[in-house]
Amino acid sequence: MLRFVFYRLLQAIPVLLIVISLTFMLVHSAPGGPFSADKAVPPEVIKALEAQYNLDQPLWQQYISYLGDVLKGDFGPSFKYPGRDVTELIAAGLPATAELAFYAMLVALVIGVSAGVAAAMRPNTAQDYIPMSAAMIGICMPSFLLGPLLVLVFGIYLEWLPVSGWDDMPGDKILPAITLGTGYAAYIARLSRGGMLEVLSQDYIRTARAKGLSEPLIIAKHALRGGLIPVIAFLGPAFAGLLGGSFVVETIFQIPGLGRFYVQAAFNRDYTMILGTTVFFSTLIIVFNLLSDMLAIWLNPKLRQQTRGES
Amino acid sequence: MSTIEEQGTSLWQDAWIKLSKNYLALFGLAIIVLLCVVSVLTPWIAPYGYEEQNLLLGATSPSAQHWLGTDIFGRDMLTRIMYGGRVSLTVGFIATAVALVIGVLWGAIAGFVGGRVDAVMMRIVDIMYALPFMIFIVLLMVVFGRNILLLFGAIGAVEWLTMARIVRGQVMALRKQEFVEAAHSLGLSQWTIIRRHIIPNTLGPVIVYTTLTIPSVMLLEAFLSFLGLGIQPPQSSWGLLINYGVETMEEFPWLLIFPGVTLSLTLFALNFLGDGLRDALDPRTSKD
Amino acid sequence: MALLEVNGLKVYFHTRNGVVKAVDDVSFTVDRGETLAIVGESGSGKSVTCYSLLDLLPKPPAKIEGGTALFDGEDLLRCGAKRMRHYRGNDIAVVFQDPMTSLNPYISIGEQLIEPLIYHPDNQRKQSREDARARAIELLVEVGIINPQARFDCYPHEFSGGMRQRVMIAMALINEPRLLICDEPTTALDVTIQAQILELIKKLQQTRDVAVIFISHDLGVVAGIADKVLVMCEGTIREAGDTDAIFYHSQNDYTKKLLNAIPEGAKTLPSRLQADNLLVEVTNLKTHFIDHSKAGRQHKVIKAVDGVSLAIQRGEILGLVGESGSGKSTLGRSILQLAPTTAGQVSFDGNPLTGLDSKQMVPWRRKMQMIFQDPYASLNPRMTVYQTLAEPLLYHGLANSKNIEQQVRQLMDDVGLAHGQMRKYPHEFSGGQRQRIAIGRAIATKPELIIADEPVSALDVTIQAQILDLILDLVERHNLTMLFISHDLSVVRCISDRVMVMNKGVIIEQGDTETLWKNPQQAYTQQLLKAIPIADPRLERSRLSNL
Repeated sequence: MLRFVFYRLLQAIPVLLIVISLTFMLVHSAPGGPFSADKAVPPEVIKALEAQYNLDQPLWQQYISYLGDVLKGDFGPSFKYPGRDVTELIAAGLPATAELAFYAMLVALVIGVSAGVAAAMRPNTAQDYIPMSAAMIGICMPSFLLGPLLVLVFGIYLEWLPVSGWDDMPGDKILPAITLGTGYAAYIARLSRGGMLEVLSQDYIRTARAKGLSEPLIIAKHALRGGLIPVIAFLGPAFAGLLGGSFVVETIFQIPGLGRFYVQAAFNRDYTMILGTTVFFSTLIIVFNLLSDMLAIWLNPKLRQQTRGES
Repeated sequence: MSTIEEQGTSLWQDAWIKLSKNYLALFGLAIIVLLCVVSVLTPWIAPYGYEEQNLLLGATSPSAQHWLGTDIFGRDMLTRIMYGGRVSLTVGFIATAVALVIGVLWGAIAGFVGGRVDAVMMRIVDIMYALPFMIFIVLLMVVFGRNILLLFGAIGAVEWLTMARIVRGQVMALRKQEFVEAAHSLGLSQWTIIRRHIIPNTLGPVIVYTTLTIPSVMLLEAFLSFLGLGIQPPQSSWGLLINYGVETMEEFPWLLIFPGVTLSLTLFALNFLGDGLRDALDPRTSKD
Repeated sequence: MALLEVNGLKVYFHTRNGVVKAVDDVSFTVDRGETLAIVGESGSGKSVTCYSLLDLLPKPPAKIEGGTALFDGEDLLRCGAKRMRHYRGNDIAVVFQDPMTSLNPYISIGEQLIEPLIYHPDNQRKQSREDARARAIELLVEVGIINPQARFDCYPHEFSGGMRQRVMIAMALINEPRLLICDEPTTALDVTIQAQILELIKKLQQTRDVAVIFISHDLGVVAGIADKVLVMCEGTIREAGDTDAIFYHSQNDYTKKLLNAIPEGAKTLPSRLQADNLLVEVTNLKTHFIDHSKAGRQHKVIKAVDGVSLAIQRGEILGLVGESGSGKSTLGRSILQLAPTTAGQVSFDGNPLTGLDSKQMVPWRRKMQMIFQDPYASLNPRMTVYQTLAEPLLYHGLANSKNIEQQVRQLMDDVGLAHGQMRKYPHEFSGGQRQRIAIGRAIATKPELIIADEPVSALDVTIQAQILDLILDLVERHNLTMLFISHDLSVVRCISDRVMVMNKGVIIEQGDTETLWKNPQQAYTQQLLKAIPIADPRLERSRLSNL
């Protein structure tokens, strides 16, 4: 296992390098400099600004020095928030985003897995159709539509829950977490239903029944582990999706998180901020993909032994 | 010979029979056909002109003149949704076509050539899977401006990965099938085998996945437009309409609800059709 | 009173295409300590009968429509889920067909073994984990698992097929059931392993005096162990009686047909072998694969064929037997240049084939064809019979658009297919008919050599007999030379003039079929031949007791 992790981390280095280079090149090939939006600025001021941000150096020198800085965890100064570092801004936005993603994942896993397993236990009955129809609605109801609708119903008409903010009022995390988590809950419900149906049709489930085990024990002990493998494999991509979804949810609910920073940076053409967040997000996603792969391997004794055999 | 020739039922016919018994899928198909027809005919059948404003009227709730009401500029909502649908559907179909072409070619080449080429090509797909694509698309739209062609390319470039994996898996599985080996032992050329034995048997999964890619592409477009990073005014799309709707949802909720319902219904229709096709084309459910 | 008394059992499957009467009015009894064999071909309802006793059928589509099944006086069909759990794995246990899929790959075999003990619904009989472990290890010793202490925590994939089936048997016996249902317990196993498992079941049955229902498609397998035999076909009982009565004095046409279909004895037709007329010569052929399935840097090399030399004379049928993994299929494919060879020479009619590229191979391809094992996989599901048969003719220019239909009809006559079925697709045919189509495709180009890779293994025994007859007939009429590959020694014996035995990538023995059968030289061959079950109860009983 250790060796597997080591190899995967080794592979992550070129991937990250590609991400950094690609982003760097994209940002620097953008038509118009970062300060061209401010029309009234005299040319000498722009020159001075460019010198301050090292933009007057040749591109490759900027690239090398940026790589060096990133290695040290320094994403450089923000273009739009003078005097603040990108690293600092990321650190400020991370807690809210992490918390939101955690709650959303919780919503997605708890609702998704239980709905999917329940549906698979009695296929083609009401216990299957009702959660699966709900899942279909969840998949066809994008977060940017669901969020406003939830705000409209629970925030404005019923006045049960706060409609924006983060850590300001009790219950202000409920709507964002549901908004972000619902789509993934729906997807996970479909995945776990499919996986469970596949496993429940296996011969070894029949063996377990023939042994006289109770149905709950068969589900919990014999079926879940195999049936949830598609869900576990989906966790990595789901995490990446959650980060993307946080752009919208944080904008709708005005949450001071990374996603909203990123969208604002995109609009403000705050290039160092864009560059920094992209690299940061990519690292996170790679780490989470690795974790979800490791979990999948650890759950499968055959794969587990193969990776052990390697070391 | 006087024997009566029985006409066989091909797997395609069999799939069609199964699909025609699946009412949800038929409903989906009907909605999609309807949407396509309406979109093509919009300039002729839309009740009002696209740019027609009536500032004096302002936002009104649904009425006999304006079935779905008007927005704050007094523009007819039905007309706006119809024109928006043209853009949303176009993006959905064209970006899917881009994904289809790249994905099928990539997967087919990897599956056929196999060996080292396959390993390298699939490694690239694995690596690209690990990239934060949503972020890249946002980045592209920021850097190069909100260009609709770029949007097609960017979305297509994300969605081809799964298609490539599906096609490769299918080709690899088919290559090991005994009927392909039988074709080899008959001495058929590589190209004949591909044309007669591989392609017809790969088509099913490709059709299913294509149908399921369209809604995810449309969702991505709507997502970007909602953030203000996709389709730009004066053009309009459902995502953009939802964005406007959100801004005024407290006073004029129908401006959010109607485009929202239209988008959701379309996604429903496509997903139902995709699921139905998956069931119908699944060889495991066919009678033997 | 009988231990189990089944009366008028009816199980129907309600499917999309109508109601299938899988079991229709089946009655039988099993006494204590008795072995009942239920024999039938696929679709006869033999497994469904037994699964319905323990409520193991998927419902829907299955539905029990009537009948009773009294076990110790209580009706199993109406006892309710709670009572049923009490019976399952406790009074009645099952050994399933495929030990590979019937054991949970995610759970260690030890844990799976002790489950019936520690999760038993009866509280008084529940055991502690330590006691259960001790009991399980005891049983593992009894079923012949070496070093059970260490193997206890291993996972199913670390066991061979035969060992897995031993574990399955131990698991079934752990609660000392009074009735053991064995559903084709040896079908997925090699013949030598099959002999060991049969012997084990018989021994355990005798020491415990447990009643056994033994389900099989193979009359030979049940001849030596059954007290009574039940012959089933299409959901109904065709004949029931004592084993000897069924085998020696059957009154029923279907039973007779089954018995006659069992391949037995030597080839009846004279050999058409033309001495000193070499068609195929293979010298020191090696086909090695790299196993990519194992993760890791060092790829394991599989030596599927490892230095084989052989000669096939024109006109002969050469049998090639071997157990799974012996490399016999790869050898067949390597001769046809369908698998990339590593070293050695193959020559056809004096012309070397090794080293030719695919274009240069084309004219030779016409002269040598292959018949595959699985008639489901060997036909393109999207092509009609006509398209499948016309393809080789048109491709090799053996027919033109005018006479093609006529030629396809001719081929269909050759393999015994009705002309009216020309426009139908493979999924509309039964397994035997599909194999006929595949054979038609193979003889379409009028080849000289046909390599048949287990052509009858996937077929029921009566269909198998028909296809073997067809193959013999075609060899005769079309002057074919054939390499007949099979794991089934009886089939090989009744069809081939000469035979080769393959093991671990090499040919260990070869010779004239009857000579080799009567006087095998190698220990491995002797072991193989000794393991073949005989469809004659008296001979089979003495064979089993001599093992």
